[in-house]
Amino acid sequence: MAIQPKKHEMPTQPALVRARNFEEVALGYSEEIAVAEAQRCLNCKNKPCVEGCPVNVAIPDFISKVKTGDFEGAYQIISESSSLPAVCGRVCPQETQCESKCTVGIKFEPVGIGRLERFVADWHNTHFKGEPTLPKPNGHKVAVVGSGPSGLTCAGDLAKKGYKVTVFEALHLAGGVLVYGIPEFRLPKEIVEKEVETLKKYGVDVETNVVIGKTLTVDELFEDGYEAVFIGSGAGLPRFMGIKGEGLKGVYSANEFLTRANLMKAYQSNAQTPILRAKSVAVVGGGNVAMDAARTALRLGAESVRIIYRRSMEELPARKEEVEHAEEEGVKFDILRNPVEIIGYNNPEDKRDPKNGTVVGVKVIKCELGEPDEKGRRRPVEVEGSEYVIDVDCIIMAIGTSPNPLIKNTTAGLEVNKRGGIIVEENTGKTSKEGVYAGGDAVTGAATVILAMGAGKTAAKAIDTYLSKK
Amino acid sequence: MYKIVSKRVLNPTVTMMDIYAPLVAKKAEAGQFIILRVDKDGERIPLTVAGYDRTAGTVKIIFQIVGGTTMLLNAKEEGEFIEDFVGPLGCATKTEGIKKVCIVGGGVGCAIALPVAQKFHELGCEVHSIIGFRNKDLLILEEEFKACSDKLTVMTDDGSYGRQGVVTVPLKEAIEAGENYDEVITIGPLIMMKFVVATTKPYGVPTTVSMNPIMIDGTGMCGGCRLTVGGKTKFACVDGPDFDGFEVDFDEAMARSNAYAEFEQRAREKNCNLLKGAN
Repeated sequence: MAIQPKKHEMPTQPALVRARNFEEVALGYSEEIAVAEAQRCLNCKNKPCVEGCPVNVAIPDFISKVKTGDFEGAYQIISESSSLPAVCGRVCPQETQCESKCTVGIKFEPVGIGRLERFVADWHNTHFKGEPTLPKPNGHKVAVVGSGPSGLTCAGDLAKKGYKVTVFEALHLAGGVLVYGIPEFRLPKEIVEKEVETLKKYGVDVETNVVIGKTLTVDELFEDGYEAVFIGSGAGLPRFMGIKGEGLKGVYSANEFLTRANLMKAYQSNAQTPILRAKSVAVVGGGNVAMDAARTALRLGAESVRIIYRRSMEELPARKEEVEHAEEEGVKFDILRNPVEIIGYNNPEDKRDPKNGTVVGVKVIKCELGEPDEKGRRRPVEVEGSEYVIDVDCIIMAIGTSPNPLIKNTTAGLEVNKRGGIIVEENTGKTSKEGVYAGGDAVTGAATVILAMGAGKTAAKAIDTYLSKK
Repeated sequence: MYKIVSKRVLNPTVTMMDIYAPLVAKKAEAGQFIILRVDKDGERIPLTVAGYDRTAGTVKIIFQIVGGTTMLLNAKEEGEFIEDFVGPLGCATKTEGIKKVCIVGGGVGCAIALPVAQKFHELGCEVHSIIGFRNKDLLILEEEFKACSDKLTVMTDDGSYGRQGVVTVPLKEAIEAGENYDEVITIGPLIMMKFVVATTKPYGVPTTVSMNPIMIDGTGMCGGCRLTVGGKTKFACVDGPDFDGFEVDFDEAMARSNAYAEFEQRAREKNCNLLKGAN
């Protein structure tokens, strides 16, 4: 049977409709489409896709189950390796991971592995009513700091091995970046909640409103009887450019803007947390977070939203799919531009004018691409005298984060690198402090959900080895 | 859920509560803050710790009813619960090397200034306190300040109690009279702290200000609480809330503090009507 050259299209909300609502953009495969897409998998012998997955999901095996319509069987296979399949199916950059290695992809479009994973996880969440089989408790206690993707994965893997795991979360809700950062229209919060509920069924305790490094220290966790600690506290403080005007009203970090919209639900009309409903928004940066912020701004009612990025479209670090979605929805791309100053309103006649200190524009300078930098990306070079002003009433800085200092400052013996990231052994996640492991953005700086999950998984394995020997 | 163990109305717009939160009470120090949400889907608001009882496991908060959330909080009674309460956040007020201190509090800021004054008093420092209010009806915590201050000056704008005038008048007098303060610590409205700094700076008296900007997470993630201090971006939640008053850009902080003034106004009216309906 000839292989259909293209992936089955993902049904989505029409671009101009979805650009004005917070409902999920991608609607998911039907059973028929899922089975048809699964047929495209060759079930090849060397399974390169599995190597491409940071948590090594047995991809051809689960796809074989989908082919036969055994969707629950497919779920069981995925859940052996992944604690958060419904999340991964939505936010993993499959095009640079599993799908980039797919044998079908050599000649045609690769198998839609991510779409199938999402379908299987959603099918399970809708249809499966049973309770998971609980492992026999092994009597060991482990603390996990942070309930984002790395922490949840580490907790899930350890709980399934019989460990008593407590996850400590600083915010009032579990999920970390999955609930405060990634928007509803890309990852509905209900799905995160379900994944957390599943972990709780495995006996994981989630303690919200506990800031490790403040409420309790890592050393106190050991005093409380935890035998190992995993730190997955995530990325920290947002970076700013250091240009004039960043303290004006209407300048947000992407973290603040997205937290207001997602975690605090500021997009709902009855929300108690305010958010600026701007007319014209500029987002500075070109990563996935920048795309999320831009698309959120559109949905909050902005008439014009632009991305300001200092390199060209080829260098945008965001996933291609996210860039395409943003473009379809009407986000403009001002590439090869760099902000040099944010301009604020100032009424010299009236010092009490409430508009004083609000953003009215951003001055940008044009850039050209010069020689490649150490990462091989061509360096932007500013074109002298090319500055001009764009009228905007809101600016969102999405240019990365630096590690949170709270744990580093309160944990003696925990070594961090120059940038403040926790230093770990790559193959184990082991830190310089006995019994303490770490992973995710707290180690690497801003990265992806699946890399954080991979790190959580690696650490869970190492913690198991460590405590089994004890 | 966190229980309201006690509630006391200090004046028509200021309320004090003790909240049962043993983990927070165990660690809290003067100068630190907490973040709370009154109910599910509520807003996260920061409040500076106004006291703690490590044995009873309670943390004292004192708040002014200024917006929708503080109005909802004020509607809660003793024995009821609030949804979330997290802390202690931020850094404690530094006390090392200080033998003689002047605490300058304004309005509800006095609630936060009190534990700082008490802390210095416990450490055996000479504590002078200057507390200012708009009028006699708004006066709070006078007895408590008296108990921990070697010298207390109460000021009211209209002269209805204590001395008439603003807090900077007696502060300047004291400095000129040769009171050699190792540190002036001021907590209150931004405009007052700005003028306290303007008063002490010519004399070079080190001055610490306690900033209370808009926050969301309070743990060093969102960056909403940023201030310009000495030309650099600082975050009140992890670098503060205390800063060197000589270095803080107050004009920027004042502009940022009213970013949601209109929204606050609407929320207050909405909740006001809501609570009226409930009663």
